[in-house]
Amino acid sequence: MSLWVIQRDLLLAMRRRSDVLTTLFFFIIVVSLFPLGVGPEINMLRTMAPGVVWVAALLASMLSLGRMFSSDYLDGTLEQMLLSPQSLAMLVLGKALAHWLVTGVPLVLMSPVLGIQYDLSTDALLVLTASLLLGTPVLSLIGAIGAALTLGLRGGGVLVSLLVLPLYIPVLIFGAGAVEASAAGLGASAHLSLLGAFLLTSLVLAPWATAVSLRISME
Amino acid sequence: MAINWFKYSSPASFYFLAGKMIPLFTIAAIILFAVGLYIGFFVAPTDFQQGEAYRIIFIHVPAAWMSMFLYVMMAIWAGIGLAFNTRLSSMMATAIAPTGAMFTFLALWTGALWGKPMWGAWWVWDARLTSELILLFLYIGFMSLQAAIDDPRRADKAGAVIALVGVVNIPIIYFSVKWWNTLHQGATVSVTQSPKMATTMLTGMLIMSIACWMYAIAVILIRTRTIILERERHTAWVGELRGVAQ
Amino acid sequence: MIWASWSDFFSMGGYGFYVWGSYLVSVACIAGEIALVFNRKRTLLKHLSLIHESTKQEKRNETTS
Repeated sequence: MSLWVIQRDLLLAMRRRSDVLTTLFFFIIVVSLFPLGVGPEINMLRTMAPGVVWVAALLASMLSLGRMFSSDYLDGTLEQMLLSPQSLAMLVLGKALAHWLVTGVPLVLMSPVLGIQYDLSTDALLVLTASLLLGTPVLSLIGAIGAALTLGLRGGGVLVSLLVLPLYIPVLIFGAGAVEASAAGLGASAHLSLLGAFLLTSLVLAPWATAVSLRISME
Repeated sequence: MAINWFKYSSPASFYFLAGKMIPLFTIAAIILFAVGLYIGFFVAPTDFQQGEAYRIIFIHVPAAWMSMFLYVMMAIWAGIGLAFNTRLSSMMATAIAPTGAMFTFLALWTGALWGKPMWGAWWVWDARLTSELILLFLYIGFMSLQAAIDDPRRADKAGAVIALVGVVNIPIIYFSVKWWNTLHQGATVSVTQSPKMATTMLTGMLIMSIACWMYAIAVILIRTRTIILERERHTAWVGELRGVAQ
Repeated sequence: MIWASWSDFFSMGGYGFYVWGSYLVSVACIAGEIALVFNRKRTLLKHLSLIHESTKQEKRNETTS
């Protein structure tokens, strides 16, 4: 059932290709801005790289959260989804994964290229990509709760970031920490396994919470 | 004799019950504050390590405890409001948020002022300080979400969801920040072991905590009454109220 | 009484600025919060009584006309 939603959303996203690209370009620009601000000194950039890439990924995925439900909300398909016999949580899971496919995956594919900009070693790049791969779906899932709560509110965009940022912090800490740990030779398996744990718990809990929030917002 | 729990859950009867309770808590708060401050400043000895600066503990620790305690209470009331659809519980949750945010700010402020003489820095990225800051963001998120929604019922429920999601995340945030802190700083700042507490210091701090608690209850009850009036303005009983129908 | 003199009390062993800084801000916050709550209540009651006045006025007009 959620496959239908994912497939439909991907189709929609392909038609409005610009949305996909804006998030990706936002990510690239933000990551390339930092060296200009901080200075080209290379080994400082290397230590900063994971944090910068991760914060940029966080902001990029949050940028497009507002659009996750708003288009369906406006043209009424969201009401149909609420009324459909299929469980709302599965539909919402589909929506969140579609959002991840549209915004998260391009970031993951792009991050090695940007890592080179920061002269990261190859295995650090590998760990960075792995941590982003594990982390970005969590961002979309938790972000879905914020998007559902602020549906149709004025100033919703800013409000979503205010609601969702504190909840992103553990993912940011372990995401950036994974690369640093591997660079420091401690091995990133602990961080990556924790990111995996976050992924699993949010896969189970977030859709349910988003469904509850949607019912509240659509009352 | 079956206790009718829901007797006081109707805003009207709670309004008058709260009216009677507020003076009690206010008086208790004033007395306890006086006693606590007296002990804190005039009875507790000078600390051999920190000299007089440690006296900030008498407001810092109670404020930190209250900030966490009030967030959990807010989440509980919000959860009850969501589960039982009782409007009064959600009103309580809305009333708790500002006081909780105030105590969190106080904890951060007094912590910074205490940190300057002791560690030489206004702000140290210590695990507890950072999670206290994140707690402040959670409070502000809750309040701004409720402010952004006009319809009170939806505001209550949306606030309840974000409060419950927040309370589930607090331990996660705390442990991830603690792990992050030890990984980076390696505890160069020995903050963990609090100074060995002389009995008078401990009693002073506990009295101040209870005083803060009484104060919080009094202010929250007053704010709840105001919220009740705001939301029940059309009802008859608000019409004949002393303040309204002069 | 562990303080020799009042000036000793206010200097607080050299940390006066920090100790009194935190306590003054705490008192300010608590007083501010109380003021806010009462102000909110007062304006609300005034507002409600105005509404009440106008509704009573309307009822009187209906009965007299």
